[in-house]
Formats: sequence, C-alpha cells, structure tokens
Amino acid sequence: MVSARSVSVGPGSLSYTDLPWIIQHREDRCTLCGHCTAVCPKEAIYLAYRRQRMPKLDVLKKKRGNEYRTFVGIRQKTNMANACIGCSMCSMVCPNEAIMPVPNTNENRTLFFNNRKGEPMKRGGRRNEVGPTLLDRIMFNRISMLTDPALDAGRHEFNVTTTLGRTLDPAEFLKRTREGGWIPPTREIFPFVIGSMSFGALSPNMWLGLLQGVAYCNEVLGIPVVMCTGEGGCPPWVLKSPYLKYIVLQIASGYFGWDEIIRAIPDMQCDPAAIEIKYGQGAKPGDGGLLMWFKVSKLIARLRGVPEGVDLPSPPVHQTLYSIEESVMKMMQTLSTAFGHKVPIYPKISASTSAKSVLNNLVRNPYAGGLLIDGIDGGTGAAYNVSMDATGHPIASNVRECYLDLVAQGKQNEIPIFAAGGIGKNGNVTQNGLALIMLGASGVHIGKYIMQSVAGCLGNEKNRCNVCNVGICPKGITSQNPKLYRRLDPDVVAERVAEVFMSIRTEMKKVMAPLGRSQSLPVGMSDALGIGDKDAADRLNIKYVC
Amino acid sequence: MCRLALKTASEAFSPYEVLQGMEAMQEGYDGSGLGLLLRGLHFEDFKYDSKYPILSGIAHTEESWHRLNSFMEKRGFELKYDHEFETNSALIEATDRYRYFLRAYKMPASLVAKSKDEIETELMLTRLALRKDGEEHGNDLTAFSFWPDVATIKEVGWPLEIGDALSLSDNRIKSRVCMAQGRQNTNYGINLYACHPFFIQGIATMTNGENTAFVPIRDWLLGKHFPGYTGYQSDSETFTHILHYTLKQLKLPLQAYKHIITPLRGEELANHPQGEFLTGLRDSCRRLIIDGPNAVIGTLPDETCMLVMDQKKLRPATVGGRPGAWAIASEMCGVDAMIPDRDPSLDFQPMREHTIIVPPERKELTIWSQHDPYPLGQAA
Repeated sequence: MVSARSVSVGPGSLSYTDLPWIIQHREDRCTLCGHCTAVCPKEAIYLAYRRQRMPKLDVLKKKRGNEYRTFVGIRQKTNMANACIGCSMCSMVCPNEAIMPVPNTNENRTLFFNNRKGEPMKRGGRRNEVGPTLLDRIMFNRISMLTDPALDAGRHEFNVTTTLGRTLDPAEFLKRTREGGWIPPTREIFPFVIGSMSFGALSPNMWLGLLQGVAYCNEVLGIPVVMCTGEGGCPPWVLKSPYLKYIVLQIASGYFGWDEIIRAIPDMQCDPAAIEIKYGQGAKPGDGGLLMWFKVSKLIARLRGVPEGVDLPSPPVHQTLYSIEESVMKMMQTLSTAFGHKVPIYPKISASTSAKSVLNNLVRNPYAGGLLIDGIDGGTGAAYNVSMDATGHPIASNVRECYLDLVAQGKQNEIPIFAAGGIGKNGNVTQNGLALIMLGASGVHIGKYIMQSVAGCLGNEKNRCNVCNVGICPKGITSQNPKLYRRLDPDVVAERVAEVFMSIRTEMKKVMAPLGRSQSLPVGMSDALGIGDKDAADRLNIKYVC
Repeated sequence: MCRLALKTASEAFSPYEVLQGMEAMQEGYDGSGLGLLLRGLHFEDFKYDSKYPILSGIAHTEESWHRLNSFMEKRGFELKYDHEFETNSALIEATDRYRYFLRAYKMPASLVAKSKDEIETELMLTRLALRKDGEEHGNDLTAFSFWPDVATIKEVGWPLEIGDALSLSDNRIKSRVCMAQGRQNTNYGINLYACHPFFIQGIATMTNGENTAFVPIRDWLLGKHFPGYTGYQSDSETFTHILHYTLKQLKLPLQAYKHIITPLRGEELANHPQGEFLTGLRDSCRRLIIDGPNAVIGTLPDETCMLVMDQKKLRPATVGGRPGAWAIASEMCGVDAMIPDRDPSLDFQPMREHTIIVPPERKELTIWSQHDPYPLGQAA
C-alpha cells in the first residue's frame, strides 16, 4: 500500500462508477475519426494515447526486459465539469457503433459534489420523477354504448376548439350588445398551446421552426394553434408580420423585450393572440428567468435591450407588484389599454394552494382574460435543481379545485383556466391534456413535449442531458451558439409541428367519439373520468374504478 | 332511447289518441315510464277558466294528501276543481299511489294583484315547495307542474296500460296540445321525476337520446342559482331549462334556442349576416351547447309547438299534419298513427340547422334555418 499523497485522489475525485453515465467504448470498432469527441457538448470524452508495458522474459538468455505497445482510444473524463450527461450524441455520430453512454446502475455520487464553488446545481428539464403520472392513470370511461352508439371519429364533424379570453355572462353580453358596451376580446384556439419558451432560451432555428409550423397549422391545416413567446420579446420582423396573430406575447418580471414590442405597436399588421403576464411558473416557483451570460448573444442582447454577454436573472416578482389587486389594476388594465382593449390579457401563476385566491380576484377583474396555472411537473430552461424537484404543486388537483370554485359561482364559462406542467411527460400528450380539460381546464400549454417531439430534445426524467441552462444543447434547440443551433433544421421542426398537431387532433377525436362528444370541447365533463386510486378519485371528485 | 309523440289540434282531443300513436313506436321504449303534458284543457265536468293554475302530481299516502291540502290553503289557493280519475290500480305497477291529482285553483287576490313575473315565480316556488315537502317525507308527494292550463301525468309502466289505468279514453279530459313520452330507462333509476316532459314556468320539452354533455350543462345551470333549475333526475331536463333560460331569463326570441344549443360552425358564423352577435352568443352560452344525439320537442304557453335536432342529427324526428292538426314524433310511424288523414309527402324531417314551429293558429308549419337572418332587433 502506498501513501495517499503519492496518488492523485482527493475528496472530490470520482471514478467512472460514480458518474450517472458511463461511456462504453469498443476499441476494436473505433476508426479514430474523432466525430464523437468533436460533437460532445460536455467535452466528456477525449482521444487518448496510451502505452502498455509488455513484460518480456527470455529464460534461455536469462534476460528480463519490457516491450511497450502504444494504442489510442476514447476515454471519459471523471471531473464534475465534464461528466457525461448521457445525451448519446457520440453514438449518433459514430460511423461504427463503437461508442455509447450507458446509465450507471451504481449510486450516482455526483449528487454530493454538484455544488462546487458554493453554487447549487442548476439545470434545465423537468422534475426528475419517473413512472406514470397521475394524469397518465386517468381513464375516459363514460362510453356511449347501446342506447346512443359512439360516434365515428373519422367521419363525424368535430369541433375541438376552445375560447381564450374572458367571456361575459349571457345576460351581461346582451346588455352590452344593446348598449354598445365593451365586449372583451376572445380567440378561438386549439386547446393545446405551445407554452412559453423564450427567444433567449430557444435557439433562433428552433423558434423559427415553431413559428413556421404554427403558421402552417393555422393557414393550411385549419388547426388554430397559438404559441407563447415566454419572456424576452419577439424578433421585430415577427412583431410586424401577419403571423403575430398566432403569438401570445409574454411579459414577465424582467420586462425583457418590451421596448421592442411597444415600439412595434404602431406598425403591427394584426393583434397578437393574447398577452400573458407571468407571475410564476411551475418548474421554479418564486424564480424569474435565469438566462445566463453564455446565452446572451448579440441578437438576444438586441431584442432584450441589454449588453451582450451579461447574466439576465429576472426578479422573482414584478417590481410594480405590491399585491395581486394592485398588479391586476396596473398591469392588466395597462396592457389591455396598450392594445386598444382588443387583446385578451391573462396571468400565468405557479400552481399553488393559493391559486384559488388569485382566481377569485380575477373573476372580479373585467380585464382578466383567463388564468394559466403551471404545475410542478412543468419544464424550464434553467432552474435550481431543488426548485424543480421539490417546490411547487401538482397541476391536477389545483385545476380541479379552481374549476369547482368557479362552478359554485356559475363563472366557469367566464374565466377560462389553462393548465400546464407535465402534460405529455411520458408521451401521452392528448390523454393528459384531455384529462385536464375534463377536470375543468379550457386548454393546456405544452412546452417540453413540443421540444421533445418536434426537435428531438434528449432530456428525460433521469436527468439525461438537461443542460439547456448552459447553452450547449447538443441538438441546437436551446443554444445561442451558431455551431450548435445550425444542427437544427427549422423546416424539419416546422414539419414536425404540423405532424404533432395533426396527430393530437386525431387523438382528441378518438377520445371524444366514444364519449359521444363532438360539438364542443368537453370542458368539465368529469363524469367521463375514472382512476384506479381511491384517494385521487376522492380528491378530484371523479369515479374510482377498478 | 325514448319515443316521443306530440299532437296539436284546433279541436281538443283525448290524450288517449296520442297514447295509441305511441303504440306504433313501441319497440323503442321499455315500460319504464310514461309522461303526458296537456295544454289547452277541456274538462267534461267543469267549465275551466284557463287563468286557474292546475296542480298536477301524485299523493302517495293519505297523510301527504292532507298535507297538500293544508299547504295550498295556507298559501291562499282556493280549490275550484278536483279531477277524479277513474283509477284501475291493478294496471299500475307501483303500489304506493294514494291519489293522482289534477286540481284547478283560484289564485289568492294578493297574488293576482302582483306583476306577471311575480306570479310566475310564486307558482314555481309553490310547486318546488311541494316537491321538497314530498322529498322530506320519504317521497310521499310528487308535484309535476303548477301552471294555468297545463296538466301533467307521469307514471311508471307501459303507456297504453297507464292510459287504461287512469281511464284517459273516457273523454273526460281533452286538450288541444298533448305531449307524450314513452321512456327507455337509461342513465338513472326509474324515478317519476325522470319522466319527460319536463316543465318549468310554462315551458315544457321532451327529448329522446342521451345528453352526453349533461354534467357540464347541469353544473352551469346550477351555478345560476335559479330556484327552478333543480332536479336533474334525467339528463334531458337540462334542455327544458336551457329553453327557459333563453326565453325567460335572457328574453331572447325563440330562434335563439337553436343558436344556443347547436351554434353554427365558425366559418358559417363568419358568413352569417348577424355573425358577430351570434358568435358572441355562442361564446357566452358555450356551456349550453348540447352534444346529442337528440330530438327536442317543446311547447310554449301560447300553444306553440317546436322541434329541433342536435347538430349531428342522428335522430329521425318527423313533423306532419294538415291545417288544424299537426303531429311531431320521434319516428315517422308515430306521425302516421296520430294523423293518418294527411298528405305524408309533405312530412318534414328537420336537418341540423332547422327549428320547426307549429304556431298556435296551426295553419301551416314554420321552418326556421339558423342561416336565416337572426331577428337582432328583438334581441335588443
């Protein structure tokens, strides 16, 4: 045994089996082309020259000696900064299937060291929780059978749109019609909305691809999809284009991008779909955006009106916010006025036990066009790990509670509730979305699912990849580095957007048809829902089935 | 699926005729209930003043019968006529039927002096109070309607047998309008309140088919906290309440009903002369959109009769007749049975955009299309 000092092992030294992902490399297949090391976003692997001593003993000559063989191979770095994230880009580019990361089944000891320099772990992605979500377990079980047979999903005419914006009580609507009063603006939209992902978080190619796809859905396929910008504004050419009507502009606590937006108002050809005021988000309640300097490129800096290469952490709350009442007074009315009272304005909040209070406040605010509640399973481009994993409130019971509160007041048609947070987490996007709709949501926002399905985002619930925060997205989805984002072809993204929404529309019909519903979105049709979990059934006020 | 039959004629006729019409459609019901609603009443043994409200229902026990009497007296209603059915209880499945009642009352002078709205509210609240009283006493009293010139009979069993049990063929009761439903029990237990037609403040409808959007519609109506929006033992009761909400609460013309329950598609509204208003109406009444498949047959206090289909139009309801007598039925054979002496080639099966109206004059049908201009002036 040697003294510790002679071996380079410190308290934070890790070996391969301590890392979450281990690179398996087959030297017999490697052509040393270098593609894998070049593509690795973490520089987790490197080409290494090794020398192997080969002892040689010549008995007859009574001579001992050594021969040395040199060889080359790919090696994995074991320091934290370069730990493999399992993105598999190396295996995707390898011409010979010589390399791939495999999940480590041993304990992941990086968890004890991911706070170097006193900075807790930050990442992108979603709460790392694997397995079926509550939404995955909800079944649609009020099937129209003998008395009134189910509809034909392929041949019947379906109306699957929803209303975004405040709707008046019928009596009030008639009164204002008679008296020439203000009728709050509404939009008829597809109930699956591309949730807020900012122009700084997403790469220009991703954003362009999404917008192209959304325009195609609206103008060619007749699916009125809208997408939300997130904080950080919108490129000026979009603001002045006819495509603005498909865009929900978000204003958040940093007000980033709003100089450009306000300046563009006189030149707008059409109104935006809506304005979303972000007070909170599900993945990181109490946090504003966390756009770090390495993503603040020249373009982003210009759009946001800040110097290039500076950190842009948005404040946790709006600086004007003293209380929800005041915020409602100031922001909603101001924004509504800015757009001539022709654009729905609605807030986005983190799911919370206090969501009902916010909602009831909105009910009494004539300018509130809805409420978006974002649950703990929501995704984000950057957040502290602890916020993402442990802070927040699941979406299902929060939406249900809020909806039933509106029902008790007879206001469920007046303030639409939109739900977000983990919809499609395990790929069941339509099922998850419709479950929330039948629990009372008027529609849902999907972000991470869109990144995964239209652009091939590699992040998963086992902390694979999840490096959106540092701008090294291996697929070029959340990077501002041209070398990375050129990997993403916007035309292909657009094509995938169209495919995804066509498929969601078909699946919606396949769920609605057996329930005998086709003429209106089954908002609050809780009699159609069942779950094999008594506690959840009681909490959600739906049927327990087994 | 239930079977529906409505006959309206200038000359009062026996409800038994409609029950015979129901027989033609008997494959479609299972004997779980019959509902009859009569308007334009004519009693053989009483010169009925159509201002007198008629209380219809069943007293299941003698005790509830006495409670009913004292309740009505306390409320100041003076009994003017008590129709006694010649009852053959052997033909009735249920055993707890002390008395079927149809009783005409004179309203107290204090009530007559009030406004029309106040009178209508009082009549509704009286019916609801009786219903509640029955429910609080183990369902020993059932009150179906309390309204001038409206009589309602509901019972569990086969329609013709019930007609025989109550001797409806004896011509002691006649009416100018008769609605009948043979019930196919679907979602709920056999309950007298679940039999159509449903009635609220002069408005009655009956429906076949399932109301798949029942829960969201019911939740919304309950949220209006209007005392009459209650019950919902049947999913079809919501259709009556939507019609009531349209006409009585929103005070919209009858055309609006179809625009509320089955609004036109977005592109159709965009091309409609009153598209902007109708789009707003659709949005604000969105939770009242029905999802069928249904045929809704209704009658109004002025004896107007109506028929509308759901948007999918998966039910073949038919209207036919001749000047002076018209029939609406869920099946063509029902119309045949009720008015055989008509020209069947003029029968009409409404499509998804149509509202069929048989006006009180009963001379000819009126067919409204949702694509027609909407009488916006009346909305204002």
